[in-house]
Amino acid sequence: MPALCRDCLTVFDALPDRARRCPACGGPRLISHPELFDLSIAHMDCDAFYASVEKRDDPSLADKPVIVGGGRRGVVSTACYIARIRGVRSAMPMFQALKLCPDAVVIRPRGSAYAAASRQIRAMLDALTPAVEPLSLDEAFLDMTGTQRLHHAPPAVMLARLVRAMETELGLSGSIGLSHNKFLAKIASDLDKPRGFSVIGRAETEDFLADKSVRLIWGVGAATQEALERAGIRSFADLRRWDRKALADRFGHGGERLWDLARGIDRRRVRRDHRPKSISNETTFFQDTDDRELLEGHLWRLSEKVSDRAKATGLAGRVVVLKLKRANHRLLTRRTSLWQATQMADTIFRAALGLYAPLAGTGPNRLIGVGLSEIVPAAEADLSEDLLDPGAARRLRAERATDAIRARFGPEAIIKGRGLR
Amino acid sequence: MKISIERGTLLKAVAQAQSVVERRNTIPILANVLIEAEGDAVSFRATDLDIEVVDKAPAVVERSGATTVSAVTLHEIVRKLPDGALVRLADDGTSGRLVVEAGRSTFTLATLPREDFPVMATTDYSSNFSAPAPVLRRLFDKSKFAISTEETRYYLNGVYMHVSQGDSGMVLRCVATDGHRLARIDADLPPGAETMPGVIVPRKTVNELRKLLEDDKTEIAVSVSETKVRFATPEITLTSKVIDGTFPDYARVIPIGNTRKLEVDASEFARAVDRVATVSSERSRAVKLALENDRLVLSVNAPDSGAAEEELLVAYDDERLEIGFNAKYLLEIASQVDRENAVFLFNSSGDPTLMREGGDTSAIYVVMPMRV
Repeated sequence: MPALCRDCLTVFDALPDRARRCPACGGPRLISHPELFDLSIAHMDCDAFYASVEKRDDPSLADKPVIVGGGRRGVVSTACYIARIRGVRSAMPMFQALKLCPDAVVIRPRGSAYAAASRQIRAMLDALTPAVEPLSLDEAFLDMTGTQRLHHAPPAVMLARLVRAMETELGLSGSIGLSHNKFLAKIASDLDKPRGFSVIGRAETEDFLADKSVRLIWGVGAATQEALERAGIRSFADLRRWDRKALADRFGHGGERLWDLARGIDRRRVRRDHRPKSISNETTFFQDTDDRELLEGHLWRLSEKVSDRAKATGLAGRVVVLKLKRANHRLLTRRTSLWQATQMADTIFRAALGLYAPLAGTGPNRLIGVGLSEIVPAAEADLSEDLLDPGAARRLRAERATDAIRARFGPEAIIKGRGLR
Repeated sequence: MKISIERGTLLKAVAQAQSVVERRNTIPILANVLIEAEGDAVSFRATDLDIEVVDKAPAVVERSGATTVSAVTLHEIVRKLPDGALVRLADDGTSGRLVVEAGRSTFTLATLPREDFPVMATTDYSSNFSAPAPVLRRLFDKSKFAISTEETRYYLNGVYMHVSQGDSGMVLRCVATDGHRLARIDADLPPGAETMPGVIVPRKTVNELRKLLEDDKTEIAVSVSETKVRFATPEITLTSKVIDGTFPDYARVIPIGNTRKLEVDASEFARAVDRVATVSSERSRAVKLALENDRLVLSVNAPDSGAAEEELLVAYDDERLEIGFNAKYLLEIASQVDRENAVFLFNSSGDPTLMREGGDTSAIYVVMPMRV
């Protein structure tokens, strides 16, 4: 069977099926699969990305449980693998996480550090293939079809080299899923985390899926799952017993997609210009609040985070959105269109402040969020100045200077006074 | 109420009323037009609570009275009636129905009581004057394109009409800006307007007003107070609240030291801008102007879709200049020029540019460049 050693990157065209160690270096990280060198759609997912960046930047955290997330009322954004062993999961409320893991080191997310690491990883992905579709800061699809002649190596080898380079050069580990379409590649990358490399071949696709839960399908959440269960569908095998028309009749447009996915068919292409629909950030308060000054401080920090991410990904937005969640969990959103797209924190902040002003004093609130939507490339943003606000041009120059200082001396090197409120 | 009225007269009156009515209404009565018949005339009144229009038309009134019906439905009916038809409107005051009859067609419309119809409170106008329709038409037509739609800067959502010092004496001035371009249009100050307070006339009012200004011979009676403005012809009275806000100090935005002068045939220029902008699919299409020795090269470079270039012979003898603008903004200001050449005055590629028609300073435009 074709095989590959992830440590020494030696390729074996045929290795006995029972081989467990690399005949070349003796390492145990051997992958063998009949279709290993024939598959070219991959999904790369960093392992506990935020927590790994924190551990890399502060080696004293290496053997401690680390949770990245906000405040006591916030939720876990990422937990490192040590914390995960104790049962901590992403999106878990922080108080619950701390109950499971009281000795955890909790770190507030440092958006710009993650964005910087993401940019470095992105550069490595771009070197592999022009068809990179980032899903977030820490995961992306890659279509490596036709790159073998260019790299003089099959996709599997280049992917193994990629994760090895991420570890040695950036100090960050990732897991690879390799298959023949996006749906299966994404499932595969999750099979063997962390530092995983999983392959789902064409021949085994149907058998592999048969007993898996339909929950694996992207877009099948609790509600759809319940609807499927009412129809007696739990696993892919259940799903496969339905014919295409019956599924379409019962589940509408998505039904046909289910029929395809039940057979491991996914025709979506890896789209390199895939843009997010929005870029947003929010914060949940330790205690419900209606304190205008405090909320405005949050608005500034959130605007800065949104701006950091927009700048990191080369994007901008035409619409600024403000989100407020009341103490009774009622959600309010307000949006305003800007006259030109922006990625600048100052512009986002001023628009968000304008949206917040009429709502001030109507709280208390448990959450506040800021976002950009109607996303466009940065090249179309911030092209012109405002006749009526000559100060804006100066503030934007100051922001660019601030960005340059932070890039050199770190994110805390220079901050605005209102960021301290 | 029982009246007969000629279809054409009725259509004109109802059309004006129904355009004020908001299409999506949460208050039912605001979707209606108030019809009042008295003497030898009938009036149609509609409002969105910010603007009120009253249109008076001659009619044969058999029985005076008043009622309200859906403005849109009445307009649609009258529109579909044959030209020259005589239309009869009648209600008995008790059934809550208005009967519309013309030829062999009969319509019965639901009414709402006239007492429910909100009539705009009267105001003491501090200034009353009269201006010929063409004067007001020029003031508003040449400025309204620059009105902002930005909700956060609501005080820019209209035309600032005020009295100011012009180049040769006091003028009636209209200014509109959205922060990217600005239009400042002057007219001779009509007698009686000297004491007029400056008011921001909302966009919708400007659009409604436009319909009163079609006929060159009409004199428009203008009344202004701190909170309201009224424009009236013998038939139509348009009353509007003004925007409650402070218009920014626009004078400091208008560049005075721009010396690099370009003179170009405005329509030739506009057509060239329009042509080169075709290749860009971006919403804010940027056009680059490169100027040197009586030569203007317009170009657009859109990495995703293509590039375009066009050369124009112009009058320009200053040093070489490259400057970018939003194509739409350039087109809009160039299309304001109708008699002479467009004169652009530049400073640098980052500073506001001024445009006027020939040597005429009674209409000037400012546009902010963009990075290209």
